[in-house]
Amino acid sequence: MSPETLAAQQRIDPADVVGWGVDADPANNPTYPMRDISQDSKGGLNWPRPALQPETVEVLRSTEHNRRTAVFGTSTPPSGLSGAIRRQAFKSSEGKWSHWLMLMAADRINVVEGLGEDLMRGRVPNIPGEMGIRSEIAHNMPGLIRKVAVAGALMTLAYGLVRSRQSASRRSSVSRRHR
Amino acid sequence: MRGRSQPALLLQSCYGLILADWRWNFRSSEPSVRKAFQQGLVIGSDCNGSVNGWSCTQVSPPSPREHKRLRGISLHDHAGEMRMLAMDYRGPYRVRADHKPMPRILHPEDAIVRVTRSCICGSDLHLYHGMVPDTRIGMTFGHEFTGIVEEVGPEVRNLAVGDHVLVPFNIACGKCHFCQQGLFGNCHESNSQATAVGGIFGYSHTAGGYDGGQAQYVRVPYADVGPCKIPAGMDLDDAVLLTDVVPTGYQAAEMGGIQRGDTVVVFGAGPVGIMAARCAWLFGAGRVIVIDHLEYRLEFARRYCPAEVYNFRSVEDPVYFIKKITDSLGADVCIDAVGGDAAGSALHTLLGTKLKLEAGAATALHWAINSVKKGGIVSIVGVYGPTGNLVPIGNVVNKGITIRANQASVKRLLPRLIEHVQAGRINPKALITHKVPLEEVSDAYHIFSAKLDGCIKPVLVPSAENVA
Repeated sequence: MSPETLAAQQRIDPADVVGWGVDADPANNPTYPMRDISQDSKGGLNWPRPALQPETVEVLRSTEHNRRTAVFGTSTPPSGLSGAIRRQAFKSSEGKWSHWLMLMAADRINVVEGLGEDLMRGRVPNIPGEMGIRSEIAHNMPGLIRKVAVAGALMTLAYGLVRSRQSASRRSSVSRRHR
Repeated sequence: MRGRSQPALLLQSCYGLILADWRWNFRSSEPSVRKAFQQGLVIGSDCNGSVNGWSCTQVSPPSPREHKRLRGISLHDHAGEMRMLAMDYRGPYRVRADHKPMPRILHPEDAIVRVTRSCICGSDLHLYHGMVPDTRIGMTFGHEFTGIVEEVGPEVRNLAVGDHVLVPFNIACGKCHFCQQGLFGNCHESNSQATAVGGIFGYSHTAGGYDGGQAQYVRVPYADVGPCKIPAGMDLDDAVLLTDVVPTGYQAAEMGGIQRGDTVVVFGAGPVGIMAARCAWLFGAGRVIVIDHLEYRLEFARRYCPAEVYNFRSVEDPVYFIKKITDSLGADVCIDAVGGDAAGSALHTLLGTKLKLEAGAATALHWAINSVKKGGIVSIVGVYGPTGNLVPIGNVVNKGITIRANQASVKRLLPRLIEHVQAGRINPKALITHKVPLEEVSDAYHIFSAKLDGCIKPVLVPSAENVA
């Protein structure tokens, strides 16, 4: 079926749609909200600032900000090796790729730190549970079986390769000794 | 804490957890559902035990092992600090419900809100998939939530303890250069860690490092600016979707500058894409077309929006297809409601999703630029990371395309959107397919991420709601 025929079958009459055109605005072309220069602050950062939140934890600041914002989040302050990398990342501006790539690297290291933290607290993380294995079992058993089968096949293949290499190197060392 | 005492609230929450013999599951509607709701397992005037044919039902008691875990929950940590249940990010594709310190007032304009509903957003999946830089282990996500004000800072004037509020996902001061222009998604006083985005609840340190609302309690800065009292009679499930999904979808259509009779193509049939398509009609679109690859979502969009829907897997080349059905001119307006998790291009998926060398897979944006007519408008509300993407920018220049994009300015749009909901022009709650207890947040994320069980929009209900 051609695209045109397919489309003709699905055409909808706008007159049948509840609320059609109630917000139509010919002036909205192409930009809204239009910049209202009467509301512009003159001369940069001169608006009446809100009270400043006291800094109770370490909060990193973008180099592109002239000052700390009045409020900020206090979730998970930087710590450990990932924290050190984050501090380093915040020495460069948001315009640098290195800024974001270092933060991504820190995120990955932070995952390992999180595992360590759990173990230090005597908690073995239930990783399958955290990944939603129950819902996978409930709603996607064939998919789960497929994933397990693929993983099993890959592991078997890897194991077989390692074993064959080991036996090959053993054979070659024996033959060298015999020589 | 004003109103009810904090120990009493926590005791109630803990009681709810210890009594977690009441576990919920999604089953077809049955009489026991109503009984469970009558017993106070869920509160809320809207809770009738059924969500689009799915119901929260009372099922078998937990295993002895789980019982042991639940009994081990303490109201206090070793330092005597109050604890609450909250979502806890542990790494890509790994989240869990855990106990964390209660939020506190840290600024005179703060409020503490007891969460009553909290959605998982499609953009939370970008965090869940490890795509957003500076997403730290231990953070709580969640930027779409409603709740009851439990405590207010000394400078909060417009809210009182006990108010039931919907909280826009943007954290905005209301005073800065950008807020004064109605750009509440671009506040300059809420995110020290980046100038590229304003503060957002539970959306990594790149968006300010605030813990989010997928928890029993949450700290809400600038409480006089963002939160809006839920109008009397409004369904809580409608209200929670007014915090992000509806405004983002509406603004996507608004930024499209849609004129009467325009052809609008929406890429992505997730909750935001569906809402953008629905709102395109409100602006007078003549045709609304939705493109995705998930048949169940396309079918939903066909009925809900309503819209012409096409599966890009069956049309092979969506750009060619759109040109063919628009007399080779292209669409007047294209909306990217997908962002960095797009399927459909092996190259973008490899570079953006797998290797993270792009700030997400920009497949939908690529198609939008190529599908729009010369001089047309591309509206972007899909979320991408802050680095860069491979898109045909030369075509943008040569076709004279206007690109418009932003985080939705929820506060600006709320009055009009509340009118639309109350007038029955928009029915947000129809998007909700799953209601899940906060304790089962891992499963909720997996179902949403893997698109299992016909999931369109999951909502978390904190356990405090069971017993309050």
